[in-house]
Amino acid sequence: MSSPVVHAHHAPQGFIRRWIFSLDHKVIGIQYYFLALFSVLVGMSLSLLMRFHMVHPDAKVSWFAHLWPTAAQGGIMTPELYLSLMTMHGTIMVFFVLTTAPQSGFGNYFLPIQIGAEDIAFPVLNMLSFWTTFIALVVMVAAFFVQGGPPLSGWTGYPPLSGIGPLAGPGEGLGQTLWIVSIAIFCGASLMGAINFIATLIDLRCQGMSLMRLPLTCWTWFVTAILGLLGFAVLLAAGVLLILDRSAGTSFFIPAGLMVSDQILSHKGGSPLLWQHLFWFFGHPEVYIAILPGMGVTSQILATFARKAVFGYRAMVYAILSIGFLGFLVWGHHMFMSGMSPYSAMAFSVLTMAIGVPSAIKTFNWIGTLWGGKIHYTTAMMFALGFVSLFITGGLSGIFLGQPALDLYFHDTYFVVGHFHMIMGVAAIFGMFAGTFYWFPKMFGRMPNETLGKIHFYITFLGVYAIFTPMHYLGIAGNPRRYSDFTNFDFLGKLLPVHNFMTQAAYGTAAIQLVFFINLFWSMKYGKKAPINPWNATTLEWTVPSPPPFDNFGGQHPVVNHGPYEYSVPGAPRDFIMQTDPVDVAHAE
Amino acid sequence: MPGSITSDIIKPPAPPRGGGYGGGGSDGRGASRRASMTGLMVLLAATTMAFAAFTSAFVVRRGISNDWVALRLPPIVWANTGVLLASSLLLELARRSLKSGRRTAFNRYWTAGTVLGTLFLLGQAFAWRQLNAAGIFVASNPSSSFFYLLTAAHGLHILGGLTALVYVDVQALSLRLGPSKRTAVDVSALFWHFVDGLWLYLMALFLVWG
Amino acid sequence: MLLAPIIWVLTAVIMYFFAAKVWWFPPPINQHGLAYDAQFMRTLVITGVIFFFAQYALGWVIFRYRDDGRRASSSHGNNKWETIWTTATAVLFVGLVLTGTKIWVAVHLSEPDPNAVPIELMAKQFAFAFRYPGPDGKFGETDLKQVNDAAGNPFGLIDKDPAGKDDIVSASLKVPVGKPIKLIMHSRDVIHNFFVRELRLKQDIVPGMEIPLYFQADTPGTYEIPCSELCGLGHFQMRSTMQVMAEADFEKWKQEQAAANK
Repeated sequence: MSSPVVHAHHAPQGFIRRWIFSLDHKVIGIQYYFLALFSVLVGMSLSLLMRFHMVHPDAKVSWFAHLWPTAAQGGIMTPELYLSLMTMHGTIMVFFVLTTAPQSGFGNYFLPIQIGAEDIAFPVLNMLSFWTTFIALVVMVAAFFVQGGPPLSGWTGYPPLSGIGPLAGPGEGLGQTLWIVSIAIFCGASLMGAINFIATLIDLRCQGMSLMRLPLTCWTWFVTAILGLLGFAVLLAAGVLLILDRSAGTSFFIPAGLMVSDQILSHKGGSPLLWQHLFWFFGHPEVYIAILPGMGVTSQILATFARKAVFGYRAMVYAILSIGFLGFLVWGHHMFMSGMSPYSAMAFSVLTMAIGVPSAIKTFNWIGTLWGGKIHYTTAMMFALGFVSLFITGGLSGIFLGQPALDLYFHDTYFVVGHFHMIMGVAAIFGMFAGTFYWFPKMFGRMPNETLGKIHFYITFLGVYAIFTPMHYLGIAGNPRRYSDFTNFDFLGKLLPVHNFMTQAAYGTAAIQLVFFINLFWSMKYGKKAPINPWNATTLEWTVPSPPPFDNFGGQHPVVNHGPYEYSVPGAPRDFIMQTDPVDVAHAE
Repeated sequence: MPGSITSDIIKPPAPPRGGGYGGGGSDGRGASRRASMTGLMVLLAATTMAFAAFTSAFVVRRGISNDWVALRLPPIVWANTGVLLASSLLLELARRSLKSGRRTAFNRYWTAGTVLGTLFLLGQAFAWRQLNAAGIFVASNPSSSFFYLLTAAHGLHILGGLTALVYVDVQALSLRLGPSKRTAVDVSALFWHFVDGLWLYLMALFLVWG
Repeated sequence: MLLAPIIWVLTAVIMYFFAAKVWWFPPPINQHGLAYDAQFMRTLVITGVIFFFAQYALGWVIFRYRDDGRRASSSHGNNKWETIWTTATAVLFVGLVLTGTKIWVAVHLSEPDPNAVPIELMAKQFAFAFRYPGPDGKFGETDLKQVNDAAGNPFGLIDKDPAGKDDIVSASLKVPVGKPIKLIMHSRDVIHNFFVRELRLKQDIVPGMEIPLYFQADTPGTYEIPCSELCGLGHFQMRSTMQVMAEADFEKWKQEQAAANK
């Protein structure tokens, strides 16, 4: 079932073995990263189409008619097309961007190296996990091209809307089925990845790499893997039940007494709330999967460029563990208005507030890390600092939503949309940008362009605040979410100028991402050659060549003598002690 | 090479030093066994969660509406349970034999266990046929929906386990089961015992709640 | 560096739009709404203070600790501060939940008023329909097979049941001012949601469940009801209105409808 960790110490030959079906965790990490890049381009394009439609619902755009002859007849986007684009936007972003790049991308590349291992525990399984993810993406994208198009039930896919087939609306036929199948395949791929990460972290750490000497990135990849392991298994079960309801005539989620499009359905006795419980039992850990690696990367980068140990390393570890644990106990806060027991709502609310505490601890500790530091403003550092600011903003809006009393107004309004975009759609993305600029030299052997990086950073930072902060104001005004246009309600008409502003900001922010892509691809080929340790950082990846050899440490077995963030230690010859430096380099640790 | 993702630096492996935190020597073998065991535990955790989700769906669905009609288990299911238990027992006997170096005994027991495992799967298919013949299909009643669902999900795990059992069996019978494959034997057997236990749990669920 | 003033300016701008209530709630029309707004304010003030200080502190450390040749501090943390801000956060957050609990309990866990005016709501793709029991005070039986939207029978009232003959079916929700209302909510197809901003109330309408919502409206007027749970392609135009009127006007309306039904 597993292949032994020690394979031959020679690199694979042949293009296919080296780049396509590679067993090298570094290549696989980069494959995931590029899969996420492709997905984010698709997801971002979908969001631009959405924002355009919200402010120009009746606009005639000729190429709409070419792309979607049925759903955009005459070039006018129909409401069902809008909802399909919205569904796919959410799905692709959450699964194929936020669950891949931070964890499977950077995690695959750097977890083994940071713990001093020469490869991940099960390389064949790792290769399979990437290609399974790829197949899941192909199936998901296929939903765009089938009769009826993609589903329109949102990334949350609540039945009965998602469970009764084409009667419920266009896209609810084959499109919805493909969506479920894709997600199920993705669950399998995630499970494979989780097996690898957990086994690698527990069993393959090098000598001296105790748990409390792990870089915080490793802790976040570890806890994220556990969250994914347990959460995706439940999502898979839910998906199976939904497919059966759709195609085998069962009634897990569909109650009796339904009439849709003048047809009385034959389902009986199912519970729509059951889907919500199962989905959100996965869905809440999923959002921590999206954010935890970004938190790890931020800690790592802040320490590196403030030349200072992470403030309260142990507290940070406990915070990561509590966020992971509590993350499984709060799913009901997505269901306060669902009709579930009001007592459950109260319990979930207290736990939700509780999970705010470790998040706050991490934020204070990041600021504490910077306090008394010696800050170098590299692009990686800018994105890490931006992450902290965005996390503060996005996290605080959660305090409103975690109270069922306040959710009585805010549920399903733009307040929610603003909250989760700030956290996932921006902070987590900034974590990915930060990781990109930080590890670019190691991955590609070249330095990224700092000028382009900073231009991209500043405009993106301002842009995302401009797009997503107004959503909170819209929420206060009661603007419901998932509306394809706002011309049917008096109170919504007054809010159109805000939507206009956000749409313009979205165009601008999307446009500036071009600078990032130019930087990425140009620097990969023409950037200045990178030294082994361009940032004078302490963790193990900075002890090996840029890029590292096939077996990471060239057959050597690193021995770790220090914690991960020994910067500016008094008495040390340099302002950093690498983890593998000899024990008595300074009279510390 | 400029812009390459990995470069091919080949160095001869250094002589093994003290073990890392994974346990085992740095020739990786010990670490490989432990990693495989960890991997197995992780897989079992995921399977447990999936069936926990199915169980909660079962309990909820049964409780919220009054259309649940208790399912009469097709009689062959009892025989299947016995067959599955026996196969686990045989695999355990096989493992004991291997530990004390009795290779022929191992081959016999392991093959017998694999054959019984296959019989179980066939027996489950037969159970489905018995239900069909009685006019009970997947959508007939929530109780039958769950029966088909749970036996199918369990059956998929049996299939996966069987693949591992057959792999080990083929290796053993062609005399290729060296010490480095010992982990494969243990991982397969443990997985099989888990799926066996899972079946006992499902039987209890059907009998008590079904 | 440059990021510090940017963060400070952003923080100021963001807080301004909250403080100036540029885009805000509509005025509340019931006691619950007043309590709601008070809890919102409590939360806003607390999160606002935290927001201000956290962003300010972030900006400050970004600016103050730029590399100017000094050596960085070697501190690994400070348990005293760790304890202080952990405790403060926990107290504040849990405290907020506790103060909000009264509101939640009042809406969902308090003794329902037996004199509440019963009104049925039927949600479907893509309209709300309301039903009043009529002079006999009883809701007539319904059957899905009798549903006929075109003929004005979204509830599926059956001919055979005399109690249903005087039921009043309306596309909009009309309620008497200042009286407790019991809105009995059903869905005929998918999940919908009843939301009135001015009431500060919202509730999912789930097929297969009968969900009561108790409320009272104390200010006459007409208020929009936007469906607030994705229900399909017509979700954005699933609209109704709640008309709150003097009790005399409400009774008059009911009599007029009853006469029309005869």
